[in-house]
Amino acid sequence: MRRLTRTLAALTAAASLTALAACGGDDGDSASGKTTLVIKTFAQFGYEDLYKEYEAAHPDIEIKEENIAKLGDYAPKLQQWIATGSGAGDIVAIEEGNLSQYMTTPDQFVNLLDHGAGSLKGEYLDWKWDQALTQDGKHLVGLGTDVGAQGMCYRTDLFEKAGLPTDRDEVGALWPTWDDYLATGKKFTKAKTGAHFFDSAGSVYQNILMQQGDHTYYDTDNELVIDSNPAVKAAWDKTTELVDAGLSGNITPWSPQWNAGFKKGTFATIPCPSWMLGMIEQQSGEENAGKWDVAKVPGNGAVRGGSFLAVPKQSDHPEEAADLVKFLTSAKGQTTAFKAKGNFPSALKAIDSPEVKEYSAPYFSDAPVGEIFGESVKALKPVYLGPQNIAINDAVVAALTAVEQGKLSPDKAWDKAVADAERLVR
Amino acid sequence: MATQLRPRPSVRDEAHADPPPEKTRGGLLSRLDKSGSPYLFIAPFFLLFAVFGLYPLGYTAWVSLHDWQMGGKGDFVGLDNYADLFDDPDFWNATVNTLGMLVLATLPQLLLALVIANLLNQKLRHMTLLRLGILLPIVTSVAAVGIVFSQIFDRDAGMVNGLLDLMGIDPVDWRADKWSSWLAISVMVDWRWTGYNALIYLAAMQSIPRELYEAADLDGASRRRQLWSITVPMIRPAVIFTVISSTIHGLQLFTEPLIFGQGGDAITGGSLRQFQTMSMFMFEKAFKNFDYGYGSAVAWMIFLIILLLTVVNYLLVRRMK
Repeated sequence: MRRLTRTLAALTAAASLTALAACGGDDGDSASGKTTLVIKTFAQFGYEDLYKEYEAAHPDIEIKEENIAKLGDYAPKLQQWIATGSGAGDIVAIEEGNLSQYMTTPDQFVNLLDHGAGSLKGEYLDWKWDQALTQDGKHLVGLGTDVGAQGMCYRTDLFEKAGLPTDRDEVGALWPTWDDYLATGKKFTKAKTGAHFFDSAGSVYQNILMQQGDHTYYDTDNELVIDSNPAVKAAWDKTTELVDAGLSGNITPWSPQWNAGFKKGTFATIPCPSWMLGMIEQQSGEENAGKWDVAKVPGNGAVRGGSFLAVPKQSDHPEEAADLVKFLTSAKGQTTAFKAKGNFPSALKAIDSPEVKEYSAPYFSDAPVGEIFGESVKALKPVYLGPQNIAINDAVVAALTAVEQGKLSPDKAWDKAVADAERLVR
Repeated sequence: MATQLRPRPSVRDEAHADPPPEKTRGGLLSRLDKSGSPYLFIAPFFLLFAVFGLYPLGYTAWVSLHDWQMGGKGDFVGLDNYADLFDDPDFWNATVNTLGMLVLATLPQLLLALVIANLLNQKLRHMTLLRLGILLPIVTSVAAVGIVFSQIFDRDAGMVNGLLDLMGIDPVDWRADKWSSWLAISVMVDWRWTGYNALIYLAAMQSIPRELYEAADLDGASRRRQLWSITVPMIRPAVIFTVISSTIHGLQLFTEPLIFGQGGDAITGGSLRQFQTMSMFMFEKAFKNFDYGYGSAVAWMIFLIILLLTVVNYLLVRRMK
């Protein structure tokens, strides 16, 4: 028996040693004596050149970016890192939709006001600054990176086939409102090019919703108002009208078919926030250079998405991390990122700098995106989102998809979306 | 007398102190070796099972009794999570989906496996090659199977819709309906598992004495009659095994429907949860909504349903003669 006990004891000891060894990861200091700052990002932030520049100016700092391609995969991981207090590294990127939920527990993040960010207030769009500031104004969770300024991307070759104008000013003039967009879509469909007018109800709905008012599913007291907020219903109705006219391709965003759709020209238009330009270019590939162009979006300016950089409390180097955040989100940093990946700046100096204003995207038939997005940004009103807005939005978009598939009538689908939202919040 | 007799042997023992204890210790060791070492040899499995099986099972039960969100343990709520679960239409929808796909996948799969095994049990040329061939799908990664079949069942550019089009049938939006999505997913499952089950049946068939078939031949029994009257009854243990293991696999179906769903919000299994399985529902609750308490309750319900169905299965198949 004793032998068994001894063996067991040895096994246990060995097991716990292994476990201990596994727990003791590196604490962020590399062997060279440099401080390593780990920054977690999703999609494309376009910071590569900025890292090099910062490392050159700060020889004792080494920057390591850990990127997850899809926001949908990144967001739950971020939630886990923050909640469990480990894994978040030194800097995290937070998307606007996710930020509202972290604003209810700001103590998980370093207060950037303690690191001299207060003097930067005037540098950013007011509402962008306020989004990451607690209501009492004492805790700044993050600094803004980009804003999802809206444009309408369209395929010039398909428009030409359908006998529509291809010049971006003329195209923008086709749709001052969403009703005009609907009319244009009908004309396009009649021409039978074989392509759909837009990709999916979800994309269009998102854009219309963000133009409707200052809040969506929640009011500013975080009460669920999906059923009583006319803005949501208005966006819903307009979207189902567009679907009803047969304009939607019903292609799930972020699916392989959607990715392939950019290349194959399966849809002629797609509402494109500035951050989507880099993705469209990547998916469409070399052979379609010059076929995509960017026009003004129907309705008044809208913002969809946009991000922040924050320093989680769990960082071992909050001081250094905060300094890097300030560098990356500075007007200069944002301008560099914009030129790299099209992420539109939220810093006023960057928006107004000639570098941004006069910038045109070579891939998009030299569209003056700096000017198009700049106008969109200035026209926009900030929208309050609220804690569970993403989960609720997923439910609403799923209901819209059911309408597209012809599985539910718009009314029934609306009831379902509201019921799902209410169950999510309960 | 007795009191006087006792010390004596003890003195004697002291005198021969060395050899006897050696002997008893050696005896003890060998007895321990005989009775103890088998336990020692199987201990690794049970240790691992305790750590990675039993402990999580118990801990999940503990979590399911709490209001446990991402921030950590909340209040003890007793069976509230389970009560909510019984009222949750999405859970029952997922259960129906899972059972539906289970039936749709398992029945044809086992019948097909039986037929294939029966064919492979004859004297054919290139036997090894054929037997290897039916095993190939099982070494293919599930994700690869999911991706390829998702393209085959694509609405706009899929092969199946292309063939239907040739026959003059309208294209099917495979993800839009329950029946179509279940069918597509069942095909993936069958493609992957039929060969595996066939191999098990084949192994069992090889152990059936040839004389039985010879006797049946003499009696003039047809091939089909031989299959149902000799082969199937003789391989019943293998049938029980495959029925139970496919049931368990089927109830835990996850990767195929998830990949079939695609897009950013695939975990809900379609716009109206047409093909969300129980495991996907559990994952959605625990790791998308971060409601760990509720997710754990779902996990336990899955466990209980599997247990229940396994028992039912076992009883049914045992009765079957």
